[in-house]
Amino acid sequence: MLSSIRTVWLVFLHMFKKRVTIEYPEKKAFLAPRWRGRIVLTRDPDHNERCVACYLCAAVCPTDCISLQATEDENGRRKPEYFRINFSRCIFCGLCEDACPTYSIQLVPDFEMGEYKRQDLVYEKEDLLIDGQGKYHGYNFYRVAGVAVGVKGKGEGENESAPVDRKKLVP
Amino acid sequence: MSETWIHILIIVCVLLGMVTIAAGLIYVERRMLAVWQERYGPNRVGPFGIFQVMADMVKIFFKEDWIPGFVDRKVFIVAPTIIMITTLLSFAIVPFAPGIVVANLNVGILFFLAMSSLGAYTIVLAGWASNNKYSLIGGLRGAAQMISYEVFMGLSLMGVVILAGSFNMTDIVMEQKGMWNVVPQFIGFVIFFIAGLAETHRLPFDIPEAESELIAGFHSEYSGMKFGMFFVGEYLGITLVSAMTTVLFFGGWLGPSFLPPIVWFLIKMFAFILVFVLLRASLPRPRYDQLMSWGWKILLPLALLNLLVTGAIVLYNQ
Repeated sequence: MLSSIRTVWLVFLHMFKKRVTIEYPEKKAFLAPRWRGRIVLTRDPDHNERCVACYLCAAVCPTDCISLQATEDENGRRKPEYFRINFSRCIFCGLCEDACPTYSIQLVPDFEMGEYKRQDLVYEKEDLLIDGQGKYHGYNFYRVAGVAVGVKGKGEGENESAPVDRKKLVP
Repeated sequence: MSETWIHILIIVCVLLGMVTIAAGLIYVERRMLAVWQERYGPNRVGPFGIFQVMADMVKIFFKEDWIPGFVDRKVFIVAPTIIMITTLLSFAIVPFAPGIVVANLNVGILFFLAMSSLGAYTIVLAGWASNNKYSLIGGLRGAAQMISYEVFMGLSLMGVVILAGSFNMTDIVMEQKGMWNVVPQFIGFVIFFIAGLAETHRLPFDIPEAESELIAGFHSEYSGMKFGMFFVGEYLGITLVSAMTTVLFFGGWLGPSFLPPIVWFLIKMFAFILVFVLLRASLPRPRYDQLMSWGWKILLPLALLNLLVTGAIVLYNQ
């Protein structure tokens, strides 16, 4: 009985406290840098697409909202022919970002993606690809990978030793 | 002739005023609940969101008024009107200011009690006619709640009646010129307010509705303006119980003369309406058997004791 009256009094005192509401369209909440929002495809420092179309993101996606097709350019560099994310199905879990071996696919702090037509929520590669490197700077997959696809020659990568001459006897 | 016209004017003013206040309470309640929960509440439509009421009314009028095929059609349609009719009829005996009363009945309190008891039919009938198990449980709880609060509600008012020596509401107000009834009848006031909470089916006693247990209880199947009737009926009930508390325990229109009597009445009434909202914001809902045992085992004996002591003192002083 007394505790009920105390409850009523304490609730009444809340009248004089600061409101917790952030009045959204005028004021915006702080989104942490690693906030999981709209998905982007990033480019490497040389301004090429980072995506190597390995399908890991599509494989790990729990809602199957990523669809892509791999292709190769004249140097044998893999890239997606098309890359499509259906944001009406995406749950922004960030597993694709975790799975990506090249830091290509990244989730950025942006959630204002409302559309009037559902079809408009399907983002193609042009919509997803951004000009910058996103959250992870300086990483270029083909500079540390073994294959030569025109970015660097064989044995010229970072931390990569020169190729072994298979015809020499000396190891 | 002109007296008749004044009377009709009073009736129209009371009717429109009360329905407007009840509709406005939709806004007041949402806003005040928000204040007590450290939010803002509706503040977008118009200045301070006042036109939210208009938006809500337009919405509820234009919603589809769907009557499910499995319901008992006639009773289903009649049920929501009962609460509106009985509550509005109860306002007939409320004296808002000297002379501003629709019907100066000499059995005013009894009329109020009768009408508030009839209001319980709306829940029982709506729960029954909906042909839905949640609604039926809601109606059942409404009936159980009604038989527990109705008894001590009537008894809690008898102390006031003894002090005034009359069932007439205007007499009761005039009797409080020296001292408001809340001082000698404090127990009666507390018991009446608890009963009033139960009668309007407001939190913490919204047991027949109980959205966390019964979806919406007795009005699960209602939509459109029929649901709106329950809604407005509930707010009318709040207004009525606040007005009755003001009249019976807080001296009605009486107050220092720098404000007109009607303003004093409205100030007191709105203070109680805010208490209703505050209670909604703070208290959890008891089980309905808890309400029943509380009503029968504590509040009823307390009301009887209050009646006995008041009667004894009044007799002793004569």
